[in-house]
Amino acid sequence: MNLKFVENVKADITSDIVYMMCPMHLLKLEEHMGELDEGQILELMTDYDGALEDIPAWCDNTGNEFMGIDEVDDYYKIYIRKARKAVS
Amino acid sequence: MRYFDHVATNPLLPEVLDAMMPYFKEQFGNPLSPYDLGIAAKTAIEDARAQVAALVNAKAGEIVFTSSGAEANNFALKGIALAKQQSGNHIITSKAEHHSIMNTARSLEKLGFVVTYIPVDKYGLVDPKDVEKAIIKDTTVISIIHASSEVGTIEPIKEIAALAKAHNVTLHVDSVAAVGAIPVDVAALGVDLMSMTAHQFYGPKGAGALYIRGGQRILPLIYGGIQENGRRAGTENVPAIVGMGKAAALAKRDLAIRTQHVTRLRDRLIDVIGKVESVHLTGHPHNRLPGHASFVVEYIEGEGMLLMLQAKDIVAASGSACTSKALKASPVLISMGIPSSMAHGSLVFSMGIGNTEEDVEAINEELPKIIRRLREISPFGKSGWGKSEPEATH
Repeated sequence: MNLKFVENVKADITSDIVYMMCPMHLLKLEEHMGELDEGQILELMTDYDGALEDIPAWCDNTGNEFMGIDEVDDYYKIYIRKARKAVS
Repeated sequence: MRYFDHVATNPLLPEVLDAMMPYFKEQFGNPLSPYDLGIAAKTAIEDARAQVAALVNAKAGEIVFTSSGAEANNFALKGIALAKQQSGNHIITSKAEHHSIMNTARSLEKLGFVVTYIPVDKYGLVDPKDVEKAIIKDTTVISIIHASSEVGTIEPIKEIAALAKAHNVTLHVDSVAAVGAIPVDVAALGVDLMSMTAHQFYGPKGAGALYIRGGQRILPLIYGGIQENGRRAGTENVPAIVGMGKAAALAKRDLAIRTQHVTRLRDRLIDVIGKVESVHLTGHPHNRLPGHASFVVEYIEGEGMLLMLQAKDIVAASGSACTSKALKASPVLISMGIPSSMAHGSLVFSMGIGNTEEDVEAINEELPKIIRRLREISPFGKSGWGKSEPEATH
């Protein structure tokens, strides 16, 4: 799997779910994507390694854009842009 | 029975049991299930969360349900210490904590954390200046008991919270004995985490809660599913949680009346028993839980007094429930400078809304007689092992 690394992304919503159990990353992802307008960006902070596979896969399925990750200390910041015509 | 052990546990209020019953019977769904039965259980839990949050002026999303106050204490101390491990490994607590903090701190010491145990004064009070002096670069979390179930003393939490904030240290308070007994407002106090339990305010056993201020990261204690917003796994104890919510709503509604009632009973008891020869009030004389009267009785043991009180249909405690069982001198009393021999003569009366003035008069009548009788037959005598140590004169 090729992961894109990004820096200094300005997000519209930030959600800190560090130390919360799997699959909170998917539940919070759906919840916050519902709150965003098209083209806006979600920053998801998580320490869960599985999110690095799940979130790109979720983006593939739903047509949203997986922008990339930023690795900080002991967790990841994951950036997702809500698609103009998202399936979900 | 005249029940004076409300710090051990409270009887369940009938309205609370009524609220719980449907969730033992027809509303048995798993809150994670997507069909109506599950959704009803989930809704009931969320309603209870809002009720518990309202009791301590928190937001509903800041309340995580646990199985007990002890679990909340373990979750808080371990969860924060481990979450902040990269910033430091130093923990501060006091010498007057409940076992669920004391033993958790000891277990963290075995994992490599360093713990400072702040002493308390003769009233069981923590001096905020001592807490501040103990803070070092590596300090990540402070945990202080809000009110002692053993001696009733209420700690200066607001002052400690202010200095914890100034030093960027997370503050947890063990408010198990305080929530439901005195007004508690997490925002006004400025604490980051707070433990509480339902059966201290006429709710059921098996439900506790940890307030976790929004934005606070914490490592789970119990891993598994996504219950409690991914912070505490395990299928929820729905009836108990519903009961905790109902009990919280009633506590919020009736707090002033309850407090006034038990304060009057407490003051009457202290007024009479506190005057018996060689009997001393423990804890702070004024800044204490409204329904809490605790004493040490010189020359005799608490256990003997409890047995003789029970023969008169009066139920009370000696030390905390656990130390009473282990027949050990209470570490809390020892930390207050009370000699070990005297600490064995500890008695704790904790009043509730079901107690009457007649109940208190029964203690006032019987206890002095019991003390006299036990002292007569004590092999140690008044000048024996129980004699209090002379105060230093220099």
